Parts: sequence; structure tokens; C-alpha cells
Amino acid sequence: MLEIIQTHWLYLLVGEYPRGPLGGLAMTLIISALSMVIAFPCAILVALCRLSSYRMLCWPTTAFVYTIRGMPLLMLIFWIFFTSPVILGFNLSAFATITIAIVCFQTAYMSEVIRAGILALPKGQFEAAGSLGLGYFVTTWKVVLPQVLYNVIPGLLNNLTAIFKESSLAYVISLHELTYASLQIMNHEMDKPFQVLLVLAGIYFICCFSLSSMAGRLEKRISSKREQNRASAIVDPVLSKAIPSNGGATP
Amino acid sequence: MIVFEKVCKSFGAFQALRDVSASVGQGQIVVLCGPSGSGKSTLIRTVNRLESPDSGRVLVDGVDTDPRKININLFRRDIGFVAQQYNLFPHLTALDNVAIGLHRLKGMPLAQARQSALEHLAGVKLEDRANRYPADLSGGESQRVAIVRALAMKPRIMLLDEPTSALDPEMVGEVLALLKSLAEQNLTMMCVTHEMEFAREVADVVWFMDGGQLVEQANPGEFFTAPRHPRAQKFVSMLHKH
Repeated sequence: MLEIIQTHWLYLLVGEYPRGPLGGLAMTLIISALSMVIAFPCAILVALCRLSSYRMLCWPTTAFVYTIRGMPLLMLIFWIFFTSPVILGFNLSAFATITIAIVCFQTAYMSEVIRAGILALPKGQFEAAGSLGLGYFVTTWKVVLPQVLYNVIPGLLNNLTAIFKESSLAYVISLHELTYASLQIMNHEMDKPFQVLLVLAGIYFICCFSLSSMAGRLEKRISSKREQNRASAIVDPVLSKAIPSNGGATP
Repeated sequence: MIVFEKVCKSFGAFQALRDVSASVGQGQIVVLCGPSGSGKSTLIRTVNRLESPDSGRVLVDGVDTDPRKININLFRRDIGFVAQQYNLFPHLTALDNVAIGLHRLKGMPLAQARQSALEHLAGVKLEDRANRYPADLSGGESQRVAIVRALAMKPRIMLLDEPTSALDPEMVGEVLALLKSLAEQNLTMMCVTHEMEFAREVADVVWFMDGGQLVEQANPGEFFTAPRHPRAQKFVSMLHKH
């Protein structure tokens, strides 16, 4: 196994780059990061639309979520890959295909996690914001989302690791990423499928584990910021004339 | 100032309000009492449209509060609302709970809004709690912050929905003291409460509700000694037993 890592580490990491196309783990990370960055705000938007009282917003997004939920990701990838020449008039690259597919897929799934978070927020929060006179956008941005997104971190983490793992499906449309690289190596080292797959599993596990601990740390940082304020309030009970700090959040 | 015209409201099969008609004058303090489920909370929640009447109208300063006719958010700025469960924003400090309205609605720059919020908190001796999150405040402190949050907006009307019902007995006093000081400020107030001592002391008029109807309006002296309606008589006699 060590031998495989020693011989092929560069190929696993970046593929044939710089002599050929970028691939390996680097490509997997790029696809995942890009998908996460696009899917997350889209998911918030879809969740808000799903809960909207305007049918124009609610119905199409609901249909979108139901449709996506009812199809395998692999099929969505094939759909986008093989129908794009007909619909768009040009071929989408494998990279664009996989990114669009994962974004659509995870937007639908994450939006449901966020929607659940919004529905679970005590009704009193909406009433308090409403009776102050705060409008929809301020209420959503300053009252609802800061609480909801913190509460749904554990749920969203599932989706973020799923994005990372789903990028392996890019293999079927011959995009050079981590799984593709391992299978190339396996073809090369005919007699060592077990070792190669173990290396592959190890890399996926380490990456997902790091992602989990990053999310865990984020969760802790937010809660410890609140703890810190508790401590400072006890140590320094009388506020100076200066404007008190509040740990960075703006109301 | 506030006029209820034949207000009806149902939740499913349950009729919470039946043809309630009454009015509250400028600067008047109304205390609503009555058994659970009699519609007291629902009635005051129709004033700032947390509940919409099924039929009838609620007028504030002669203006129908139907959200199709007015800008509801603008209208609500002038009406303070305090709920039983405080409903502070848990992700903001006590200070920012008060400052958010000043900053976002009164257009104050953030620093000025916080300064003003701090002064408001100091007004109820909570300046040393300004940087704490609601989770670290006692029930009484939370409710005082919630009251200050509403007061900072300089409302013309204050609506209080059982402001002391969720509090430990020893914390009730500090909240009632704050409410009494409000009563001296010529603010129009509607307060649902089971604190009958408080009602006797500060109310200009007591409204007794039963089964979604407003069955008696009387000044507190009269109400607590000689209620007219049989249901109110029973209610008051129960109070005296305790």
C-alpha cells in the first residue's frame, strides 16, 4: 500500500497536471468547493421560496425539490451530459456537468434542512420581530437566518460531506478526479485492487473527517463567542462609557 | 384611541372572540382578566394584528388596522408588544435586542443605537447585563429587557400579554415595579394579567372576559368589591378565597 502511495502520490493528488489536465484530489476538491459555495445560498433561497405565501415562488420551488428528490444523481448527470447538446446547442464540459448536477441535487436537499430549521424556530421569534415593526427582509436576515443556520449545522454537514462524495460520480463521464485516478492506477497495478481501493477510501475518509471537525469547530466558535460574553459580563459588570462590544455581530 | 367594533375571531371550531365592542381612551390603562381561554390574549393581539379578526374592525386613532389598508410594519412601530415568554432574540445580546429596532427602523447609526439602548437599559438598572445573551439572564431580567425593547421604540400604545405569568414569584415584583412606573407615563396600556393586586393599583378600568365576550367593564374598585355579572362575581369570589 505504501508502495502505491509512493509511486502514485502525485497522480492521486493532481492527476497528470502540469503535463496533462488537472485531476486527482485537487479536481475533487475544486468540484466540491465550487458546488458547496453555489448550492448553499441557492438552498437558502429555495427554502425561503418554499415557505413563501406567494404561489409564484412557492409552487415552482416545491416542484423542483420533489423532482430532484425523485431521481438518482447518476441519472441527472447523464441527463445534463447527453441532453445539453440538444437543448443548449453545444456540449457542456464534464466539469460543468458534474457541478451543475451536484448543485441542483444538493440545493434541493439542503433547502429542506434549512426549511425544517425555519419551521422549528419558535413562533414567538417571528411575532417579536413583527411586533417591533421589522419587515420581512430584516427579520429573515437578522433574526431568522442567524439562528436557523447555527441550529442546522449538524444537518448541513451531512450534505457537505455528501457533496464531496458525490463528486466521485464524475468518473462516469470521464472527468479526471480522485476516483478516476485510482481506477487508472488499478488498471496499471493489475494485482492490487484491494490496496488501491483502500488508499482511495482512506483519502475520502480523511477529507470528510476534516470537514466534520471544521464544522464542529465552527459550532464551538459560535457558542464560545457567546460564552466569552458571559465571562466578560461577569468580570466587568459596569460598562465603560465606550460603546460596548457585542462579539462582532451586528443587530 | 383604540376602538373594537364587533370583533369576532375563531380558531377552527373554537370561537375565541364573539362580537367584542369596546374602546380604550388616550392614556387609559386597561387590565384584562378572566378565566383561561376567554379571549383576553386574542383580543389584545388583534390591536397590532398578530391576529386578524374574522369580522369586525379594530381602529387605532380612527384608522382601520386592516393590513390591506395600511403599512403594517410602520403601524406596528408605534405599538409595543410584550409576550409572556419574553421572545428575546437569543443570538443577540441584551443590548442588541434593544438596539436592533433603533438601528433598523429608526435609522440610527449602530453606535448611536447601542448608546441609546444602553441608556434605556440603565433606566431599568440593567446596564450591567447589556453584554449578556438572553440565555444568561434571569426570567425577570429577560422580561425587563423585552419591555425596554418595546419602550425604546417610543410607542403610543403598550400591549402586555401576561407579562409575569412565566416568572418565578420573586421575579414578578421587579417586573410589576417597572410596569407601575410605565403607568405613570400617560401611555395607553392594555395588559392581560392574573396579578389582581397590580390590577387594583394601576388599572383605570378592568375588563372581564368570558367565553370570548367582554362581559364587564368596571373601575377596579367596583370590580373587586361588587362585580355585576354573575360570572365575574364567581371569578372575584374565587380570588378572595386565596
